[in-house]
Amino acid sequence: MLDVQHMMSRYGPVTALHDASFTLEGGEALALVGTNGAGKTTLVMSIAGHVIPQSGHVILDNENITDIPSHIRARRGIGLVPEGRRVFPDLTVKENLITGGYVLPRSSEQQRLDDVYDIFPRLYERANQLAGSLSGGEQQMLAFGRAIMLNPKVMLIDEISLGLMPKVINECYAVLEKLREKNISIILVDQNSDAALSFADKAIWLESGHVKWQGLAKDCPLSKGSAVY
Amino acid sequence: MAYEMIVLTNMLIAILFAQSLNLITGFCGQVSLGHAAFLGIGAYTSAMLTKAGWPLAATFIPAMVIAGMIGMIVGAASLRVRHDFLAITTMGVSFLFTGIIRKQDMLGGEMGIAGIPAAYGGRVGLLLMTLCLTILFIIIMIYVKRSWMGYVFESIAEDEDTAGVLGIDVRRFKLFAFVLGTAGAGLAGALYAHQVRFIGPDSFGFVESVTVLSMVIVGGIGSIWGVTIAAALLSVMPQFFQVIDDYKLLVYGMLLFFAMRFMPDGLGGLAKRFRQNRNPDSSSERSQA
Repeated sequence: MLDVQHMMSRYGPVTALHDASFTLEGGEALALVGTNGAGKTTLVMSIAGHVIPQSGHVILDNENITDIPSHIRARRGIGLVPEGRRVFPDLTVKENLITGGYVLPRSSEQQRLDDVYDIFPRLYERANQLAGSLSGGEQQMLAFGRAIMLNPKVMLIDEISLGLMPKVINECYAVLEKLREKNISIILVDQNSDAALSFADKAIWLESGHVKWQGLAKDCPLSKGSAVY
Repeated sequence: MAYEMIVLTNMLIAILFAQSLNLITGFCGQVSLGHAAFLGIGAYTSAMLTKAGWPLAATFIPAMVIAGMIGMIVGAASLRVRHDFLAITTMGVSFLFTGIIRKQDMLGGEMGIAGIPAAYGGRVGLLLMTLCLTILFIIIMIYVKRSWMGYVFESIAEDEDTAGVLGIDVRRFKLFAFVLGTAGAGLAGALYAHQVRFIGPDSFGFVESVTVLSMVIVGGIGSIWGVTIAAALLSVMPQFFQVIDDYKLLVYGMLLFFAMRFMPDGLGGLAKRFRQNRNPDSSSERSQA
């Protein structure tokens, strides 16, 4: 489904990511682990189209989307839950969700809203509440819901557990499991590498922009007990 | 009675003009310091056409189209800049417009255009026409604000990077807001030209752009009713207090400063807080318009 080949990205003269490659099938999850500045977010942003790669390709369902702008990639099925949630605080929960799926036909909007509310009943209860007044966990749910409104094939999730309570983090992972059951592929960045590696099928360990290790998540040298940070 | 009609028509034109900027700055977050240029484009287009024998109503579309088209060019050129840089770019448009007009003999140059024909129905006709068009524009604004397009505009105003993440074509919507807003200013200009019946480059300078921006800021960026009230008050005040007209840039500049320092949400924000104090349960719910 998603094939990333020899991705290299830089910010000005600084190369933030060297030669990252992987493939991901429908319903598979990939964890990106590594210290701060390792290049995890750069890889995510390069796939989403927010960082223009220096070289390499992003292929989604056999279509090369490397040169396609980010908003078109989103329409093709690349959903992104950005670091820090970044919900629109002055829009209500429902308006945030509608904005999330605006590129898809209006006729399916209510169905997609219902699907999101099925996954996150709390968002239904707070549909008319301003997003800025939600708790951190609820905002994370809203960020997920907003990305789901796009009917994504691949979800990129940057720092899923940042600033959240352990209970809420567990809820987020439970939601990811549901998404995986819907055949959505997941690329996950989490500072809590144990949680990410327990959840994912595959893993890439990045260090200073280089792929240090790559393989099955359960075999990752950083899994269970290893301290990355 | 004639004086009251003039004041009322001026007020309605100011409301229409301020709402057209509210669409760009309030809804879509694009600061413009050159909006008066588009008022001028509409005014000159309409004045030239009515002097050539067109009825006023028939000049509205050309005034809006030409202002909107030039707005599209300015908007397209401004897409790469944000915030302060956008403000400076649009300020340049204002100076560019007056600079060009001054050198065009065809447009009256420094002397402007005099003897613009009166609207059909005289002052009453113009007042009714302005009232209808202003109400129509406000209805469109309310519709846009409550539709998915309004949510998209607001998402761009709040965080355009995240809006792009969601598949929103940020550039297209910013441009669309610019075209719609500048076309609205063109319409206000057409009405203005036939209200004053004399236009010159000085009528559309930087001071006018600051004036209309202060109406939007004092009213509350993005608030339709707040901007309507602020535009009504600020357009009428110089009629009663000559000092305001004499020191317009100073007065409106200070107003902008104090509004941004002490009342950043403007009148719209004040009204919202008042409602929340009366009904605390609604504090986290969205207020419309």
